[in-house]
Amino acid sequence: MAQAVIEPQTHGAGHDADHGHDHADHPPTSTGINSRKLLMWLFLASDCMFFGALIATYMLYRNKERVGPYPHELIDIPYTSVSTFVLLMSSLAMVLALAGLQRGDLRASRIWILGTALLGLIFLGGQFFEFTEFYREGLTLQTNIFGATFFTVTGFHGAHVTIGVIWLLSLFFVSLRGGLKQEDSLDLELAGLYWHFVDIVWIVIFTLIYLIPYGEGHNEVAKTAQQVFETGRFLLAGIF
Amino acid sequence: MASIAQPRTQTVERPIVKTNSGLWSWITTVDHKRIGMMYGAAAFFFFLLGGLEAMIIRAQLIRPDNDVVSAARYNELFTMHGTTMIFLALMPLSVAFFNYVMPLQIGARDVAFPRMNALSFWLFLFGAILINSSFFFSAVPNQGWYGYAPLTDLSWNPTKAVDFWMLGLQILGVSSMLGAFNFIVTVLNMRAPGMTLMRMPIFSWTTLVVAIMIVLAFPAITVALILLMMDRYAGTMFFAAAAGGDPLLWQHLFWVFGHPEVYILVLPAFGIISEIIPTFSRKPLFGYAVMVYATCVIAFLGFTVWVHHMFTTGLGPTANSVFAASTMLIAIPTGVKIFNWIGTMWLGQLRFTTPMLFAAGLVSQFTIGGLSGVMHASPPIDSHHNDSYFVIAHFHYVLFGGSMFGLLAAIIYWFPKFTGRLMDDRLGKINFWTVFIGFNATFFPMHFLGLEGMPRRYYSYGEGSGWWFWNVVVSLGGFFLGASILLFLYNMAHSLKNGKVAGPNPWDAPTLEWSTSSPPPVYNFANVPFVTARDQLWADRYGAHEGDDDMDVTVAGREVGHTLLPDEKPEDQERRRLRTDDTPATHIHLPNPSYYPIVAAFGLLLAAIGTLTEATTVAHLGPFHLTAITVAGIVLLFAGIYGWSFEPAE
Repeated sequence: MAQAVIEPQTHGAGHDADHGHDHADHPPTSTGINSRKLLMWLFLASDCMFFGALIATYMLYRNKERVGPYPHELIDIPYTSVSTFVLLMSSLAMVLALAGLQRGDLRASRIWILGTALLGLIFLGGQFFEFTEFYREGLTLQTNIFGATFFTVTGFHGAHVTIGVIWLLSLFFVSLRGGLKQEDSLDLELAGLYWHFVDIVWIVIFTLIYLIPYGEGHNEVAKTAQQVFETGRFLLAGIF
Repeated sequence: MASIAQPRTQTVERPIVKTNSGLWSWITTVDHKRIGMMYGAAAFFFFLLGGLEAMIIRAQLIRPDNDVVSAARYNELFTMHGTTMIFLALMPLSVAFFNYVMPLQIGARDVAFPRMNALSFWLFLFGAILINSSFFFSAVPNQGWYGYAPLTDLSWNPTKAVDFWMLGLQILGVSSMLGAFNFIVTVLNMRAPGMTLMRMPIFSWTTLVVAIMIVLAFPAITVALILLMMDRYAGTMFFAAAAGGDPLLWQHLFWVFGHPEVYILVLPAFGIISEIIPTFSRKPLFGYAVMVYATCVIAFLGFTVWVHHMFTTGLGPTANSVFAASTMLIAIPTGVKIFNWIGTMWLGQLRFTTPMLFAAGLVSQFTIGGLSGVMHASPPIDSHHNDSYFVIAHFHYVLFGGSMFGLLAAIIYWFPKFTGRLMDDRLGKINFWTVFIGFNATFFPMHFLGLEGMPRRYYSYGEGSGWWFWNVVVSLGGFFLGASILLFLYNMAHSLKNGKVAGPNPWDAPTLEWSTSSPPPVYNFANVPFVTARDQLWADRYGAHEGDDDMDVTVAGREVGHTLLPDEKPEDQERRRLRTDDTPATHIHLPNPSYYPIVAAFGLLLAAIGTLTEATTVAHLGPFHLTAITVAGIVLLFAGIYGWSFEPAE
């Protein structure tokens, strides 16, 4: 007859979201991959399909607007390049935050978590001003099909960044209270996976919505390439 | 579940666990078995509700120019019938078995994320209630279950009907996705030692594959519903042709989800009968590995065929040809499955118990639906069938003759595991034949009606149409089928009290869920099983098969191939010896109950309700007006998530 002793459980559910306590007690998983990390990858897979469908909608309606304002009158590539650069740098900050936590440097991890969140907030601020600017020039969700798709696609990306910022700030306060230690680095790693994914999505959106020019022929392509080149040189000059 | 402490030194015969049964314990439960039961009960209720709607539809069509219901009410009935059966009955009933059976089959004590599991259930229940509450506000969805634009357009459908449907489906989508994440992680990560993927019972395999399909298919409808929401709430024109939108985009997005969805509905049933047929044929499943591959191929091809729902929308010969070819390809893995089931039964010691009858019923009835499916995979034929009763006949043969036969078989097969008692077999057999006859009387004549040109979704037909006779047959068959389902319900209720006591393994089935008591204890297994073979309980009981690694397969005396049997390495044998030594298990981890899942789910429901009411606007988000109720819902949702994340305080 099976014999067993049951011990009281002092914390939350068996495997879910137990914030790094008693990892040692957990039975090893069949694949060796942590279950929460696997969950995050699965969520990102579904989010890929989510943005895939949204971006496909955008591509379907590209150059289909019947009334102005038209995208080439609105889009300001150098401006958005700067906020893109800010968002990409936030990924670097995220990496540094995780590296700090993994080597037990709590102070570094806190600084870089806050830095990541702040860079995210700067990006969101940039998006807010861009939306306001477009609105002033007459583009709303209802104006034409470009307005509808542009605001929806970039808006949902912005919502993802917002959730990421809230997540990071929550982790920052948890860290201040001493709840985010070296052994909890998975908690930060999951936020990091999400954050990097949102950045990658932005690279796709930036390319498809901003960089690829709108139906004005080859000159426009050359002009855009020139603009991208100029922007890149400007940014590189800034760094070095 | 709450557990009580026992000093380490004290030896008990079996673990003692305090079980609560009050209402609060069900609301806060995170036990996969209880959540499975709640899914099953709710899904069966909605199955009856959807059935009732079908009965009214059939009463209306029993004679020409009938006026049981008005044309508008008829639109509502077929919309709610389709929506209910697909999203509120078939899917959650499959999920009930994923929840209850799959963790037992892989030798786990619960799913990977028990609280997320509870959240999935509450979201499902609230979403279902939201859609159906439309009946009380005279705003019943009436645009058809696939909600084509422009029928959902605000100018054509200005009431809240579409909003109820759209918001309800959105909540159900979140529920399905969370459930799917959970099942994938559980299957991949929580298998008992020795349970390799290729030793896993086929039902657990289909759980995995279906969950992957949900994760990849549902975002498409999420986006479609978001765009619809923008159209209706924010005045965009994604689907409004007059303003530059494209109504076909809805069809693409919907069927990119919708076609995988039909495999999401039918693959669980395939998995179920792949458990039942070997058990009652006294033979391991024929071609196990091929069965797994066929499931994966069906899942993959399921994403490549959506345009066959749109053959008549004018996408052109190239698109139609490509999608016709991919659609016909699906017949191959599906045919492989059918032959594998037949191969399993071939020369088996068949025992025709009720579940086996339903399983064999599936094999025959699904084949009819599959054959008509191959017919309208051809665009020219489809142009003739499209929007006629022939299509109705086809998908009822696959969804009732396929999914529902499988799910009814599953209820009878696992009923003793859930309740400890067997369902009445004599009554069950009679019931099988009434369901079988009722089903065929209802849906077979629809083929004739369709070929004679009777269109679907018409609330009435004229006396000179020549459709009267078969409509009478269909309606009477429908009532008979409805009565048969009530008989099934009676059998369940009756057997719950009076059924024969089952014991752990009444069918002498080979999979792990039958190794524990019926119903299983809250911790499922006192000792986590150690797995050495594919059909573990048969291997334990009857020994491994001859020629362990390589078994010749003969059909009717002729060798037709060979199959691999799982090998047993020396260290495996050692661990098996240890297992049978009854090494005492310690440290059974059981998740604590939690009320945060229902709080978070209620928050989302409240946020949705807020957009349906005329409550005061308290905030603006771009063009969206957020009412007080919506804001309260969002706050509650976040409170639930935060409480959950920090539960319990140290």
